[in-house]
Amino acid sequence: MSIWEYANPKKFMQTSGFLLPWVTGLSVLTLVVGLVWGFFLTPDADKFGSTVKIIYLHVPAAMMAISAWTMMLVTSLIWLVRRHHVSALAAKAAAPIGLMFTVIGLVTGAIWGQPMWGTWWAWDPRLTSFLILALFYLGYIALWEAVENPDTAADLTSVLAIVGSVFAFLSRYAVLFWNQGLHQGASLSLDAKENVSDVYWLPLLVCIAGFVLLFVTLVLIRTRTEIRSRRVQALIARERLA
Amino acid sequence: MIALMIRDMRLAVRAGGGFGLGLAFFLLVAVIVPLGVGPEPATLAKIAPGILWVGALLSCLLSLDRIFALDFEDGSMDLLATSPLPMEGAVAVKAMAHWLVTGLPLVSAAPVLGVLLNLPLPGYLWLVVSLALGTPALSVIGAFGAALTVGLKRGGLLMSLLVLPLYMPTLIFGAEVVKRGAAGLAVATPLAFLAAITAGSLALLPFAAAAAIRVNLR
Repeated sequence: MSIWEYANPKKFMQTSGFLLPWVTGLSVLTLVVGLVWGFFLTPDADKFGSTVKIIYLHVPAAMMAISAWTMMLVTSLIWLVRRHHVSALAAKAAAPIGLMFTVIGLVTGAIWGQPMWGTWWAWDPRLTSFLILALFYLGYIALWEAVENPDTAADLTSVLAIVGSVFAFLSRYAVLFWNQGLHQGASLSLDAKENVSDVYWLPLLVCIAGFVLLFVTLVLIRTRTEIRSRRVQALIARERLA
Repeated sequence: MIALMIRDMRLAVRAGGGFGLGLAFFLLVAVIVPLGVGPEPATLAKIAPGILWVGALLSCLLSLDRIFALDFEDGSMDLLATSPLPMEGAVAVKAMAHWLVTGLPLVSAAPVLGVLLNLPLPGYLWLVVSLALGTPALSVIGAFGAALTVGLKRGGLLMSLLVLPLYMPTLIFGAEVVKRGAAGLAVATPLAFLAAITAGSLALLPFAAAAAIRVNLR
């Protein structure tokens, strides 16, 4: 019994088909609990008023935007090393979801920034590096769409994901150097002296768990769709030959 | 390798369009910007470092698809792939040839355009130094982008979408060197980062680009 068994598309379809309803239900449950708790059952913060509640969308979306790219990097490496098609398809499936999380992070940030910073957009290091991350997602998706042969596309996008990760990381530190920020520092770390108070922190944890589960659900659904579309294409090709 | 380099440079210079075009585009950017933002010397002096770097970057981008596209179409890439020279070496040589015919003229033309944009006097040295250090990175990163899209019919626009985000760290540090140099501040830190990016790209990206070429030749 090893994890590579799930690289077999048939085994993957069985397992994911069994898991999918459970993950979906769990993600709906945690998201509803987390968001309702966060939006309606927490007090307004003294300096920010009720605007503070946007963190229940902003923070989990931003975290998942980075996690999705990391997941794509890992699955791309697995594809390049072990040539498991499910892995390449999972990377393809995750990209548009990651892009949407990035956009949600940027948009909710802008909506919060307007009343708080007095501007929709500032060339702050975190904002800028997120915009760059969105561009990396766009390029990655565009390359998948442009190349016709699926194996060639998987290879090229995997190489792009690896090189892109290095440069995205570089950009993140380059923009720190380039401009001072408005964005607040990390306030959820386990080792920081000053963190967000528990009243906000607990529902936020639930929301983060909900977003992770939502991501898993969407990736499973999209990967299953990709595998099915491959099967359909294989069937069509066989029909033509016969 | 030297023969390949000379061949590539000859083709670039003689085939027309590629060699002078980047330089002309660079000049046009430097002319267009004052027309757009107005001729006040103070404003121009302030934005000159950024404009010159963005202009150099865009002119570099303009000629990237020539690195591999023609050789890919007429089958020279297949010959290179079967030759004893490893593909990594061929990619590095082609990127260097691209730099010699595109990057180097940009570096030498930049001071003249600096005059047009009213760049402050201490900035000229750092403009030349930063472009000389940074443009090789632009060529190598561009060669990687060109290698990814070489198999596509109309890959030019897609290549820009892929390459421009990769250019961002180079642009940030390069423009920062000139900005600090023009203001008379210490430039060592961004200059060191810029050199590090160039050295790292030169050392590692030919491998990624060669992998992409091999996939496209399959």
